[in-house]
Amino acid sequence: MPRENSVVQRFLPFISLAALFVILSIVSPYFLTTTNISSVIRQTAVINIMALGMTLVIVSGGIDLSVGSILAFSGVVGTMTMVSTDSVMLGMVVGGLAGTLWGCVNGLMIARLRIPPFIVTLGTLGIVRGLTLVISGGLPVVGLPKEHGFLGEGTIGPAPFVLVVLVACVFVAHFVLHSTKLGRYTYAIGSNEAAAIYAGIPVGRFKVAIYAICGLLTGLAGMIETSRLMTGQPTAGVTYELQVIAAVVIGGGSLTGGEGTVIGTLIGAFIMGLLSNGSDLLGINPYWQQVIIGAVIILAVALDVARKRRFAS
Amino acid sequence: MLLELSSIRKSFGGVHALLDGTLSVDPGQVHALVGENGAGKSTLMKIVAGMQRRDGGDMRWKGESVDFAEPAAAHRVGIHMVHQESLLAPHLTVAQNIFLGRERMSGIRLDRRGMIEAADDILQAHHFPVKGDWKVETLSPAQKQIVEICRALHGKSSLLIFDEPTSSLSDAEASEVFRTVHALREKGIGIIYITHRLVELEEIADRVTILRDGRTIHSGPAAEITTAEIVHHMVGRDISASMQRGKETPGETRLKVNLPDAEFELRAGEIVGMAGLIGAGRTEVCETIFGITPAGHGTVAVNGEPVDINSPSDAVAAGIALVTEDRQRTGLAVNLSIRTNTTLANLDALCTAEVVQVSKEKAVAEQLREKLQMQADSVEQKASELSGGNQQKIVIAKWMFRDTDIVLFDEPTRGIDVGAKAEVFALMDELAKQGKAILMVSSELPELLQVADRILVMREGELVAELPRETTQQEIMHHAVTQ
Repeated sequence: MPRENSVVQRFLPFISLAALFVILSIVSPYFLTTTNISSVIRQTAVINIMALGMTLVIVSGGIDLSVGSILAFSGVVGTMTMVSTDSVMLGMVVGGLAGTLWGCVNGLMIARLRIPPFIVTLGTLGIVRGLTLVISGGLPVVGLPKEHGFLGEGTIGPAPFVLVVLVACVFVAHFVLHSTKLGRYTYAIGSNEAAAIYAGIPVGRFKVAIYAICGLLTGLAGMIETSRLMTGQPTAGVTYELQVIAAVVIGGGSLTGGEGTVIGTLIGAFIMGLLSNGSDLLGINPYWQQVIIGAVIILAVALDVARKRRFAS
Repeated sequence: MLLELSSIRKSFGGVHALLDGTLSVDPGQVHALVGENGAGKSTLMKIVAGMQRRDGGDMRWKGESVDFAEPAAAHRVGIHMVHQESLLAPHLTVAQNIFLGRERMSGIRLDRRGMIEAADDILQAHHFPVKGDWKVETLSPAQKQIVEICRALHGKSSLLIFDEPTSSLSDAEASEVFRTVHALREKGIGIIYITHRLVELEEIADRVTILRDGRTIHSGPAAEITTAEIVHHMVGRDISASMQRGKETPGETRLKVNLPDAEFELRAGEIVGMAGLIGAGRTEVCETIFGITPAGHGTVAVNGEPVDINSPSDAVAAGIALVTEDRQRTGLAVNLSIRTNTTLANLDALCTAEVVQVSKEKAVAEQLREKLQMQADSVEQKASELSGGNQQKIVIAKWMFRDTDIVLFDEPTRGIDVGAKAEVFALMDELAKQGKAILMVSSELPELLQVADRILVMREGELVAELPRETTQQEIMHHAVTQ
């Protein structure tokens, strides 16, 4: 009996997403249109891709509060490169590298200085945002090459191009977390860091890699954001870290580490996306949207905790 | 009659933890409760202490039928439990922990000093080497156990339940606990005493109850039953607890340790015991060799080559494994599966281009599970769902798969039952026969005498003696305590 319950509850995020989808299709005639679904995908792609990296970080028992700032930094330096070299490709590479670099910085401070991730990334949240404003002089980067718009707004057949990017990222992230040594160690470190150290795993090195991957994906998300806006905004991504963490948590990630899946996070990000899209379609006051999303986060975690408690006893 | 339990039943999900828990305790009586892990001892005691509700059966307290909904209800009538796993707040002091939930006030302020003094009084009265203002996180497992005992002693108790109070204590400290138990008995307090150390029964038990597979198999006066009979009842079969290792000439030197306070070597095919009181520095020696706390001075050589070990990953690379004294904290990622834990220290061997070959991994884990006779549904089961003995087997399996030349065992039999102990010894013997060098730190002198080829004795951080296998407990204790 308890086992059946746990199966239902394990798939709860997926069931919730499906239910939300069905309900919105029924109550709003605009929901199930190509335009709207494309728009949901475009809107959630940025948060979604960042959340994939955050999944690794959270599974390892860490947290990264600086992702919103890194998104803006990558976007600004990436677009500045594009403007000065007129090369979209080079700009993308620079943006991605910038994100990776900041991830490495976070990881190195966490591993070498042994400062808790919350503190390190709270610090870099401010540092990176400040540097972004310094570099850009507080002004958005404009005059981007037109082709750059394809990343965020282009389509392949009926599908938005970002969907292709997102699916590719999901596959890679899922593979890394569930099939590679890095992924295995990520779970081991998050589950019991001391035991991982005592098993002879060079935990510090792997932590740097984990935060670097999170930075890389954030850099990519930063480039998508600039492509959608066609500017490099130094103020982009403020409070995105909260949405990203929420997506991971709704998808079953545990802030104490050792738990979380890429698929869960994907579902979590879409639940958040649909809630906000659905509220828009139904004309719910944006102020109330925040209330709803906040309540959903708490509800999701409460159900997860209840599931674990029942399973434990 | 203080407490009377008859036919207590309890199941979790579909699993029957208890089918017939029956025992009774009189005031001023020490009632020992023994059984293998998973026999239902802890569940039965949790029901008495109000931490679990029973599904059926009768529980009477001073003749009246009772049912405790929460631990506080049990506390009110005078039932207290001394927990085996530390339920202490690590960041608080010893005194704050002892007085947790019943703080002394001075006006509207906490009476900090008064509580520290009162805690010191309790500690001193029992000659416990702990101070009231020490932080709990700095204490050893043994000292934490002492705080747990004080916490229970401090309340007004009619019945005290001790859950393996001596499992992490040295013999000297254990006898301190016995004295405490005797004193409590003199005061007319009833005591239920769960233990795995059967040698203790002779010393302290008035009555013995044996549980097996959730049922009371035997309950009677301690004087009327022999240890062999108890073991027989516990496991339902006869086991030869007395494994005798053949005497063989050890091979070449595997590990040479030259630390300022400890110089010794381990040779191929040898099991070297290490004795000493808790806090004598045995674990520290292991952790230094293993790179947890790298040595400032001193050298370590493996197979004749000096090695520079600054972290456990260096140590493992050099061919040294450590079975830690604290499985939960440092030995296992208990939320992960048996498979994952088994392969954690040697994942590279199962990786092709950084990708874990899961089918190969499953085969390895499955093979070790069978070889070590782990009792588990499958290798996908979480380590946390297994008994202590089976968890220890996972830790050993992990290092067997890594196949290091040197294996350090720190308290390998802590918290595991008789049957599993014999199996762990057999595994150590097998590893030695494969030509590995083994160090076995243990507070259980009979075990050391039974298993070790020679015995090193530590005292106050220093290696003070090396004794042959023919030595005696008295001889070892003499070196361990005297200057």
